[in-house]
This record gives sequence, structure tokens and C-alpha cells, in this order.
Amino acid sequence: MTPVLQLENLNKAYGALQVTKNLSLDVRPGEIHALIGPNGAGKTTLIGQISGALTSDSGRVLFAGRDVSRLSLPERARAGLGRTFQITQILPEFSALENVALAVQAHEGHSFRFFRNAATDPSLNDKAAAILADVGLGDRCTEPAGQLSHGEKRSLELALALALEPKLLLLDEPMAGTGPAETERLTELLKTVKNRCPLLLVEHDMAAVFELADRISVLVYGEIIATGTPDQIRASKEVQSAYLGEEDET
Amino acid sequence: MSFTLLAVQTLNGLQLGILLFLIAAGLTLVFGVMDFINLAHGVQYMLGAYLAVAAFQFTGGFWSALPLALLAALACGLLLEVLVFRRLYDRDHLDQVLATFGVIIFLNELVKVVWGAAPLSVPLPLYLDWSVPLTDTLSYPVYRIALIVAGLLVAVLLYGLVTRTRIGMLVRAGASDAEMVAALGVNIRRLFMLVFGFGAMLAGFAGILAAPIFSVEPGMGDNLLILAFVVIVIGGIGSIRGAFVSALIIGLVDTLGRSFATDIARLALPPSAANDVGPALASMLIYILMAVVLFVRPSGLFPVSSK
Amino acid sequence: MIPASITPKTSPLKASTLVPLILFLGLALVPVYAQVFDDRFMMLFATRIAVLAIAVVSLDFILGFAGLVSFGHAAFIGIGAYAIGILSEHDIWEAWISFPVALAAGGLFALITGAISMKTRGVYFIMITLAFGQMAYFTATSLSAYGGDDGLTMWGRTEFFGTNLFANDISFFYLVVGCLAASYLLLRIFTGSRFGRVLAGAKQSELRVEALGISPYRYRLVAYCISGMVAALAGALMANQAEFVSPSAMSWHRSGELIVMCLLGGLGSLHGALLGTIAYLALEEVLSGTTEHWRLIFGPLLVLVVLYGKGGLIGLVTRRPGK
Repeated sequence: MTPVLQLENLNKAYGALQVTKNLSLDVRPGEIHALIGPNGAGKTTLIGQISGALTSDSGRVLFAGRDVSRLSLPERARAGLGRTFQITQILPEFSALENVALAVQAHEGHSFRFFRNAATDPSLNDKAAAILADVGLGDRCTEPAGQLSHGEKRSLELALALALEPKLLLLDEPMAGTGPAETERLTELLKTVKNRCPLLLVEHDMAAVFELADRISVLVYGEIIATGTPDQIRASKEVQSAYLGEEDET
Repeated sequence: MSFTLLAVQTLNGLQLGILLFLIAAGLTLVFGVMDFINLAHGVQYMLGAYLAVAAFQFTGGFWSALPLALLAALACGLLLEVLVFRRLYDRDHLDQVLATFGVIIFLNELVKVVWGAAPLSVPLPLYLDWSVPLTDTLSYPVYRIALIVAGLLVAVLLYGLVTRTRIGMLVRAGASDAEMVAALGVNIRRLFMLVFGFGAMLAGFAGILAAPIFSVEPGMGDNLLILAFVVIVIGGIGSIRGAFVSALIIGLVDTLGRSFATDIARLALPPSAANDVGPALASMLIYILMAVVLFVRPSGLFPVSSK
Repeated sequence: MIPASITPKTSPLKASTLVPLILFLGLALVPVYAQVFDDRFMMLFATRIAVLAIAVVSLDFILGFAGLVSFGHAAFIGIGAYAIGILSEHDIWEAWISFPVALAAGGLFALITGAISMKTRGVYFIMITLAFGQMAYFTATSLSAYGGDDGLTMWGRTEFFGTNLFANDISFFYLVVGCLAASYLLLRIFTGSRFGRVLAGAKQSELRVEALGISPYRYRLVAYCISGMVAALAGALMANQAEFVSPSAMSWHRSGELIVMCLLGGLGSLHGALLGTIAYLALEEVLSGTTEHWRLIFGPLLVLVVLYGKGGLIGLVTRRPGK
């Protein structure tokens, strides 16, 4: 099976600081691939390089069979790369439904449509409402997104990404800042998302990672030091010394 | 286009640049540190000039009026800060624009009520009321040279203050990350007030220096305010060095442009067209410059680390 | 202040319906008042308000709704006005020619300056639009064939198939109010459309909108052009109202005033801009009638509106609990 996403020798430096080094990685259809690593390992930079928010100094990003290395963030999103952000990015003045309706509308093509009222457009609202129900926000449709709880905002962001019917979903620390109950709910939610598309999951919550991931890659100082199943990663001496040994500190 | 004319216009350009720098310095600090767009900064300049007139009438001499007017300008700045501006720091930029626009309208009218609408002036100060002969027919007022020197001294002082002292360090830190400075336990409110008062005093100083050579009239700060904004945007918001460099550039480009644009336009155009195009082009020059700078460097020439 | 809500079954008497309805009704009745009380000044004053309101509403569309603070909006008014003035100088008076030219000129200027300006953000955008506005202003002062600094006096008004639609006080007033209503409705429809959703979304979080696969740049540019054309329409009407065109119509003071009118009314709703224009001009008129130094009152009033009237005048009318 050809991978959905394949990274080939990606590099990114800020001045003298090499943040990602010759980094290669793949995500296969149907899997949840988790990316873990201590703070400062370059995870957020890597997410930026994959999603197009940052341009790589060298290397290639192959996505769904094409080279997207030179495409911008919106272009990669249109190609089917959905993402969520470490710091939640939603549209706070829009209702939850309007948020998702905008995503649905973006997925349908260009938005140079000036006359029809988008608020009363069932082709947008019905689909948006269905997706919101899928992520457990069915009863929060009319709530302004800015007033949702932190966990609900996380779910909303997931709904936004899902509305694009992505071929791959990049999740940048979806559990960050959520309480234990929310984390459990989001973990269950991500299990259902897995049926729709493969996921590349960057996460600090080890319990969630080991529960969800089919494969795990460990990123330390900009390099992948190991990739394998959760059991393999747990057993790896290299990983333990480089990363799991420090877990108490983080 | 003789060499002497070029020299005179260069001095005039430097003089405008220095005045612009004194106004822009406060503007860029207040904007950079406090994220506060103060349209009323131009009226501080006007107030400085009027206070110089008042102090001169009171003391009868420029040199005794200078410290008096300077203190009064500082007091006016602090008063405005306490009454109005400090309530605007946490508002968005547009609220600040509307409120400070209201302050401009008020103060422009107030000086009209107090001092009348007719232009006033202050005589040249003692010891500086003579001219340096340049050629047989042309001489340059020494006061204008003194103004440039005074401005340069302030620039050096300010640069030292910002780069070498603890206050300056806080100001620079505040320009790139105000929340961080607050988190370090600095009394941000007092720092803001200090920066604001200081900026107002500098603008007032510019007004005092301008009083003997320009006519003192209501609204005299409005156009300089726009120029000062051009200066800080080209220089990079929050950067004293940027404000200094771009103030001199703007002063020179504007002044030299106005004296020579028509001549230059004549090289390419028929005289009648050049007479039309020249002055317009001269007035436009700094705006063209700003548009080009922003197009090439969207955060100005000396960007302070991104927010 | 996002107009859209998912429930289509909204009551017809919402503030966002009621306020514009009252404002337009009030405007439409001015000629009746003027006839009854033989008050020609009121007619002319209302015409002046309606003309300027077209420009302020167009500014609110990009400033309040799309979040692009244009500090050179008066340039579009001036371009529309100069198009009419210059054509009249060449003896072209027919509305079917001059108005499309005015609108196209405004749109073209918006396209070129907008394409460059939108590479910048925040206060840099404000300043680069100011720069283009100033360039337009100084260009106008250099047009010595068309009056230069002193401006251009028109020897008549635009003609409409030989009728005196533009020349008669009342018919011109209704023409202006009609243009205002049409502009308002059109822009309001745009704000509720998919296009409007993109603009409002990009204002809240550009990053989020980009991650959805939308590049805001093109949408903003189109919005800027639409706004520029509507402002040019205001300018074309203004030239007819004053029968005079001058560079001062596009000075930065005027651009600043337009922003202040927007803010005074309240941002993003479009009728807030209308309310702001009426309030600003009426206040100016009333205060200047009472004392020579009316600005001593006017200035502090603006400050008080900011400090205590959050969301502008429209916010006072439609204040909702909880925010």
C-alpha cells in the first residue's frame, strides 16, 4: 500500500539552529501514526512543514501521490490535508454551525457567490449540523464558538477539519489543556475519526498516544530516532534513554 | 541648481528630519511599547510651540522660557495620559483612533480660544540670532544649525537611554513583549506613564524649537503627525534607530524633492508639463517611498522582533 | 456583529431590520418636511448626508465587516468626482457614460492599490492605503488643466436622457437616497453570502480560514474593489451636488473623518455607518449653530462615545445582554 503522506529528508533551520534534520516519515492509509518527542524536538516546526505554513529548506513532501512541497497552506488544504492547531484556531464570532458551514463551503469550491444567503442554505447547514453531531456538538450549534468550553472548541476544530473530507488529518496536540474526562472523550472521538481518514497525531498525553496509535515515531532534536508499534517503542532502549526517561520532568 | 542651494536645502532637510525625529521618537515608543495609536501626538508638538509663546511672554527671554515650556509640555502630556489615554490602552486600535481624534479636535479649538486663530511667533533667542554667510548674497541662520545640533544631542541621549539603562531595557523588552515585562513584576502602568510623558515632552520640545522659525497656529501639528507616522512605519514601529534614520531620510527627501523636482522633471518633460508634475511629484515622493519600503519590507526598515 | 444566524425563522422586527428601516423611512420623508415647512436647507443638508453615507457604508463594508482599515478611502470619492468633473469639462454630461466611467475608475484604482496594499498587515496596511490616498490627492492638485489646487467648477449637472433628474432638488435627493439604499442592500446581501462568510471568517482568524483551503487575498481584493466602486459612486453624486470638484475631497482629513463616522455609528452592520454619518453631520450642524467654538464640545463627545458607548451608537440601540 502506498503511503498517504511521505516525507523525504526534510530540513528546516532558523539561522544556525537546525530544527529538523533529514527527516523522513510516512503515514499509511487507515492508520493513526503518532509523533512524540520532548519539548523543543521540532514537532510544531515539522507540522508546519507538512501543512505548508512553513517552507522547508530542502526535502520533499509527497501527499496523495503528488509532490506538494512548494504549495501554500491553503493549497495543501485543498489537496486534502486537514489540520488542527496546538492553539485552537476557530472563528469566535461565528456560531459553531457557521464555523463548520464555512468549512463545508470551502470544500465545495470557490466562494465567489455573492447573492444567496449562506445562513439559510440547507446544503451548507445540513452537512455542517451532521458533522457537529458526529463530534458530539449536535446541541451546541447556535452557540457562538468563542463561548464554547475548551474541550468543545477542540471538538469544533476537529469538525472543521473533518468537513473538508480530508485524505489525512494532522492533529497538533489535540489533548493539550483538556481535563481527564475531556481527554477520554476526545480519545474515543479520535477512534471514530480513524474510520474516515488516517491521522498524524502529535501528542504529549502518553496514555492517549499508546491507546490510539498504530505506529509511533519518536522525534528528538529534529531527528526520528525510532518508528514502530506501541509495543516496540515501549521496549526500545534508545527511546527510553532519550525520551521516556525524561517523562517525569515534562 | 547650484552647490550652495543644495547645501542650504540639505540643511533645511536635516532640520525637518530632526523635528520629525523628535515627534516620531515618542510616537514609535508609545506605539511599540503600549500598542497605542496616539493621533493626538501631533497636538503635543503644537502645544509645545504655544507653551513656548506663553512662557516667552511671561519671562521675556527664550532661554528662560525653554525649561518652563518644557515642563509645561510634560505636565500637559501627563494630564492627558491620566484623564484620557490610560483608559484606552486595552482598547482596540480603532477605538484609540476615534478617541484621540476627538482630543485633536478639542485641543486645536482650545488653543484658538486661548491664543486666537492668528499665527503667533517667538523671536530668535539671544546669541543665536545671527547668520552664517555662505556666499556674498546668501547666509544661513545659525539658529537653524543649533536646532539640528540640539536634535542630534537628544538623539544620542535617547539612544543611550534606551540601549544602556534599565528603563531603556524595559522599554525595549516592552516593545517586543509587553505581557512578558508585566509578568516579570514591573509596574507596567508606571512604565507606560513614564514613556508617554517622555514622548509628549519630546514632541513638545520639537514644538518649542520650531516656535521661533515657523508660525505658531492651530492645527500646525496635524500634517507633521502624518509625516511622523510615515517615519515610524518606514523605520519599523518601536525602533528608535529606525525612527532616527527614516526621519532624516524623510526630511531630506521631502525638502530636496520640493526644491529640485521641477528641475528634474524638466529633463524628461516639456516645461509646462514639468511645472505641473514637479510639485505634485515632490509632495508624493515620501508616500511613494513609504509604499515601496512597505512593499519590499512589510515591517519597515528596522523591524522590532515580531509580536 | 455577524448578521448570519442559523435560524431562518427570525422575527421581522429585529434591530438589524428595524434600524435601517427607520433610517431610510426618515430620509424618504425629508422632502415632505421640507415642502411643508418650506425648508430648502433641510433638503440640501439631507442630500449631503445621503451622498456621504454611500461612501461611509462602502467603507464600513471593508473596514467594519472585513477588517481592512483603509485610511485612503476619500481617494475613491475624489476619483468618482473627478471622473464626472473632467468629462463635463469635455462636454460629456450623459449619465450613461459618465457614471460607468466613474465607477470603473474607482474600481481600477482599488484593484491596483489593493493588490499592493494587501501584502501588508495591520497598521502597515493603514499607512500604505494612506500613501495611495495621498498620491491620488497630489495628482489631483497637479491637474492644472482641470483646476489644479483650486478645484474644478462644473457648469451644470449630469444629464439623464435629457431629463432634469439631477438638476431638480427633490428628484436629485431621491436619486441619491435610491443609490444609497441600493448600495446598502447590495452590500448587505454580500455580507450574508458565501463571499461575505469568507471575509468575516478571515477577519476573525486568517490562519483558520487558510487551513480550510481558502486564500483570503483574492476575496479581500474583490471586496476592496466593490467598496472602491461604491465610494466612487458617492463621489460622482457629490460632484453633481456641489457642481464643484476639488482635491480637498480626497485629503487625508476626509479619509479620517470617514473612519470616524464609521466608528461613531458602530462597525460592521452597514446601517451603523449610515447612523454614524447622520449623527456626525447633524451634530456638527447643530453644535456649530450654537457656538463658534463648538469643537470644544464635539471633541470630548467623541472621546465619551469611545469610553462609554462601546460598539458605537448602533451598540447603544441594539445592545445585547451578555456582551
